[in-house]
Amino acid sequence: MHRVAPREGRNAPRTALINDPKVRRFLLQALLTALLAFAAYSAVQNAATNLANQRIASGFGFLDQVAGFGISQTLIPWAETMTYGRAYVVGLLNTLFVSAVSIILATILGFAVGIGRLAPNFVISQLARWYVEVVRNLPLLFQILFWYLAVLSAMPSPRSALSILGTVFVSQRGVTLPQPVIQPGAAVVGIAALALIAAGAFAVRWSKARRDQTGTGLSKKASIALSIGALLILGACYVFAGEPVQLEPAKQGRFNLAGGVTMMPEFAAFVIALTVYSAANIGEIVRAGIQGVGKGQTEAGRSLGLKPGTILRLITIPQAMRIIVPMLTSMYLNIVKNSSLGVSIGYPDLVSVGGTILNNTGQGIEVIGMWMVTYLTISIITSLFMNWYNARIALVAR
Amino acid sequence: MNRTIRKLEVAAAAIMLSAVSVSSAIAGPTMDRIKSRGAIVCGVSQGIAGFSIPDSAGKWSGIDVDLCRALAAAIFDDPNKVQFSPLSAKDRFTALQSGAVDLLSRNTSWTMQREASLGMNFAVVNFYDGNSFMTKKSLNVKSAKDLSGASICVTSGTTMELNVADYFRANGMAFEPVVFVTIDETAKAYETGRCDALIADSSANYSRRAQLQKPDDHIVLPELISKEPLGPAVRQGDDQWLNIVKWTHFAMVNAEELGVTKANVVEMRSSTNPEIRRLLGAEGNLGEGLGLTKDWADKILRHVGNYGEVYDQNVGKDSPLKIERVANALWKKGGLQYAPPIR
Repeated sequence: MHRVAPREGRNAPRTALINDPKVRRFLLQALLTALLAFAAYSAVQNAATNLANQRIASGFGFLDQVAGFGISQTLIPWAETMTYGRAYVVGLLNTLFVSAVSIILATILGFAVGIGRLAPNFVISQLARWYVEVVRNLPLLFQILFWYLAVLSAMPSPRSALSILGTVFVSQRGVTLPQPVIQPGAAVVGIAALALIAAGAFAVRWSKARRDQTGTGLSKKASIALSIGALLILGACYVFAGEPVQLEPAKQGRFNLAGGVTMMPEFAAFVIALTVYSAANIGEIVRAGIQGVGKGQTEAGRSLGLKPGTILRLITIPQAMRIIVPMLTSMYLNIVKNSSLGVSIGYPDLVSVGGTILNNTGQGIEVIGMWMVTYLTISIITSLFMNWYNARIALVAR
Repeated sequence: MNRTIRKLEVAAAAIMLSAVSVSSAIAGPTMDRIKSRGAIVCGVSQGIAGFSIPDSAGKWSGIDVDLCRALAAAIFDDPNKVQFSPLSAKDRFTALQSGAVDLLSRNTSWTMQREASLGMNFAVVNFYDGNSFMTKKSLNVKSAKDLSGASICVTSGTTMELNVADYFRANGMAFEPVVFVTIDETAKAYETGRCDALIADSSANYSRRAQLQKPDDHIVLPELISKEPLGPAVRQGDDQWLNIVKWTHFAMVNAEELGVTKANVVEMRSSTNPEIRRLLGAEGNLGEGLGLTKDWADKILRHVGNYGEVYDQNVGKDSPLKIERVANALWKKGGLQYAPPIR
C-alpha cells in the first residue's frame, strides 16, 4: 500500500513520457510499421502510376473476359468461350492434382527406399543406396525432360496404339481407359457399395475392440469369408439393377483415339519424374528417422520375441515419425513448388495456363501476384496440415 | 531522429524505385539512351531461321536482325553497334515495357490488343505472314480442314494459341492443344510424334521444316488461318524513336522501288532522279529532322542494303527457305510493301 501510493498524485516520478522505455519501444515499433506500410503503399502507387503512364492496362477486370484458348487436360469442364478466371482455376486444379498424386506415390516409394537402405539384404540395401545417390544428384528439370522423352519415344504412335483386350490403349498420346457410362439405376449400386463399406468399417472396429478386451477378434479366415460375401452382395445388386454402369472403350479416330478417358503423357512423365526425384529425398529422411530411434528400442522388441516386421511397424516407425514428419513437410512443400516445372514439358499447370493468360492479356503484375498468392496459400495449407499431424503424433508426456 | 527518418525514407524510396525501375526507363527519350550507350539493344527471337538466328560464331542474321543493323547504320554509321537480346515469345513484351530492349524486332504480330493494353506501338510491317499448320506427309492430310481430332503442338505466349482455338471452333472441329514455352520444345515434341501437327507463322514453319532431320517427310499446309502482320514494335510515348524505326524500313522499301542497292549506292549519289537524290540526302535535309544525319539512308543502304536484298538473302530466293515474295512484294508488283514517299 505504502509503495503504490507515491505513483499517484503530485509525488509521481517526473519522467517525461518520451523517456519511459515502454512507451519508447511502442513508438519505435509503430514507426517502423508505419514506415513499412508507407513503403508498400508507395510501391503500389508508383507501379500503378507507371503502368498508367506507359498506357498498360491494369486491374483484375480481365478475369471476366473470354479466354479463347484451349487446355489439354481439364479436371472441370472447359471450353474456349469460358473466362480467364475459370482457366486459372483449371490450371490450379491441374497443379494440385499432379502434386497430390506425386506426394502420395513419392511417400510410398520413399518409405520403401528408406527402409530398403537399412535392410540386412545386401542387394536390396545397395540398390536403394545407388538409387538415392544417382537420383538425388541430378537436377530435377533434367530428369523431367528425360522421362518425357523416354515416355514419348518408347511408346507406339496413336495409329498403332498398344491395345490391352481392346479396352485400354497405350500410345504416345497417353494411356486411354474406357469411359464409364452411367445409366439410371447406378444409384442403387452406389448406395449398396457405401452401405457395405460402412459395414466393413464397423466390423473392423468391433473386431479391434473385442481383441483389446478378450485377446481374440475376427480370425483371418472369417474376415476373408466376410469380404467375399460383401463382394457377392454387391455383384448381385449390380445385376439386379440391370448393369447400370457400362464401360465404353475408345475407338480409333483419324488422328487420335476418340472417346475414353486419357491420361496425358505429359502428366505421366511428370508424375514419374517428381515421384522418382522426391522419393530419393524422402528415402534419406526415412533412413535418418529410423536410425534416430535408439538401438535399445529394437533390441527390446527383439528380446520380447517380436518378428522384425512387427518391430518395424509397431516400435521403430511410430517413433521415427516424430523425426520424419517435420522434414517430410518441407519435402511436400518442395513437391508442390517443383510442380511448377511441368510447364517445361507442356503440362498445363498453373504456370503454363497463367503464362498464357499473362501473354494474352499483358497483365504481368496481376498474374504474377496471383501466382505468388496461390503458391503461398497452397504451401501454408500443406504446412498447417503437416504441423497438425506432427503435433498429433508427437511424444505426449504423461 | 528526423534525419534518420529522412535517411530511411530515402532508402525506402530507392528500394521502391529499383523495384519499379520502369519509371526511370520511360522518362528519357530512347535516342539519348542509345547514343550514350553507344549501341541499340534489339529484342530478337531465340532462333528462327531467316528472321533472327545466331550462327555457330554467335553472329546474328535474318530479316529482323537486318532491320536492327539498318537502325545502327543510320544512327552510328556502323551496322554492328547492336546488342541482340534473344527473348522467348512469353518474355518479349515485358522486356520491351521495362526498357530492357529499345525495340522488339522479333517476328511479332501487330494486333489491336497489343497496342490497346500493352503500351506498345508497331512501327511498320516488315513481313506479311499468317499462321499455318505443318504436318507429316504420312498422315495424308491435304487441308487444315482434315485436322479434326488432331493433337496440335503450340508455342505459349503467341497469337497462335488463340488462332488455333478460333479456327477449330469456327469449323466445328475438336483438337488437343499441347503447349510449350519455346519454339524448340514445341518442334521437338512435334518431331517425336507427340502431336499430329504444329502451328506457327507460315514463314516460321518453312524455316523449321528446313531444320528438321527429313524435311521431305513434312508438309506445310496451304491454308493461312490468320493474318499475322509481323513488324518491329517500340514503347508508346517516344514519337521520335517510333519515326526513326518507321522511316528506316521505309527507306529500304523506297530504295528497292528506286533501284538503289548496296552495290550501286555510291554511284547513285550522282543520280539525276530527284527522288533518289532526296533519299540519299543529296537534296534536302529530311534526316536531321528525325534526329539523324542528312545521309542516313545512304548509310543504311551502304551497310545493309534495300528491302528486296534483305528479303532475298534471308528468306527469299538466295536463302534455304525460298519463301516467295507474294504479299511481301512491292506494291508495283502486286504485293503489299508500300512506303510513303521521302519528300
